Amino acid sequence: MRQVELDARRLLCPLPVIKTQNRVAELSAGDIIKVICTDPGAMSDIPAWARIHGHQFIGAVEQGDDIIITVRVGPEHQNGA
Amino acid sequence: MGSQHKAVALISGGLDSMLAVRVMQEQGIEVEGINFFTGFCVEGHTHAIRNHDRNKQKRNNALWVAEQLGIKLHIIDVIEEYKDVLLNPKYGYGSNMNPCLDCKIFMVKKAVEWVKQHHMKGFDFIITGEVIGQRPKSQLKRNMPVVAAESGAEDLLLRPLCAKNLPPTKPEREGWVERDRLYDFHGRNRKPQIALAQQFGFEGYAMPAGGCCFLTDENYSKKLVDLWQSKNSREYELDDIMLLKVGRHIRPKAGFKLIIARDAGESKFLEGYRKQFISLYATSHNGPMAIIDGEIAQEDYPLAASIVARYGQGREAEMVDVEITLPDESPQQVQAKPLLADYVPQEWFV
Repeated sequence: MRQVELDARRLLCPLPVIKTQNRVAELSAGDIIKVICTDPGAMSDIPAWARIHGHQFIGAVEQGDDIIITVRVGPEHQNGA
Repeated sequence: MGSQHKAVALISGGLDSMLAVRVMQEQGIEVEGINFFTGFCVEGHTHAIRNHDRNKQKRNNALWVAEQLGIKLHIIDVIEEYKDVLLNPKYGYGSNMNPCLDCKIFMVKKAVEWVKQHHMKGFDFIITGEVIGQRPKSQLKRNMPVVAAESGAEDLLLRPLCAKNLPPTKPEREGWVERDRLYDFHGRNRKPQIALAQQFGFEGYAMPAGGCCFLTDENYSKKLVDLWQSKNSREYELDDIMLLKVGRHIRPKAGFKLIIARDAGESKFLEGYRKQFISLYATSHNGPMAIIDGEIAQEDYPLAASIVARYGQGREAEMVDVEITLPDESPQQVQAKPLLADYVPQEWFV
């Protein structure tokens, strides 16, 4: 299982979602991705994206201006999908 | 009829594409959605930036629609490719800088490409939420076949909400979908869509008055044209078009304009550009962050400072201290007399 970070600071939605989607495509089921964002819209968009694709939204924490959103890649995910 | 058939739907986040998908799902068609991000999408940005909108429910409507429908949604960055659509539209612009017909052709074409790239998923056809006559340009009846032909989708492009007003497509002829269970909506009247939404139990869907694109907005289009004229070039980067959505734009001289935040949210957003642009803000009084786009001469700093001072709490003060910072340089202090509101000529406002 891998744990990766993705810097999506200063990007406005939907760009953090697009970056997350593209990075997750390279990951495998069970991997963890932490997305660091500054757009508060990502707090609803990334979990929504995760739910519809069968990934697990683990949580979101705010650290100063950063919002860190953690997602576990879903069990049905196929690398490259 | 077979439930094995699959369609890709163009999802804007509005009601029509949501209905089109559900109409297909009612016929046992498996659907996945795609949504294109051009940089001009209304989605998200302004309410992410501005303070007064921060209490509103934040959601990306395309994702929300997908979740309501239980479908996957793939969001695709087309910022670079979209430049050619905007700059060289074969069918021209609408009432503002909106190249709607070329845009629709582009998006359906991208959907065709996406289907080919994901051939292992076995998509059979493409659907959109288009309704004949609903939009003045892209959804005219005579333009429907233009979109199908020029996109390369041909008769694999099905518009479930108005299909009965159009010749049968391959999915209908082959019996993948029942034509009788499609619709004949037309015109700008939204009542049939709202009734169908009620029938499906849809609530809380978005119906933005101006559609989902900033290019249909008159003020935004004016700012875009001003940007091109000032640069003497129609090239643009994502930051250029993002900044057109933020703040007051005031051009006191041909060579530069000020972008002045309208609230704390926009100030915070503009702070992120201080490494790329000259920035100004009042230090003796509370006031907005501003940046300068273009080339400003040192002799014009007092003018820029007096305009920025006019939008802060020092607007009635005799003098306001303003800090001006060039990228990667130390700040300079300028004392400025705030311009009176009457002294800001209307023609300076972009």
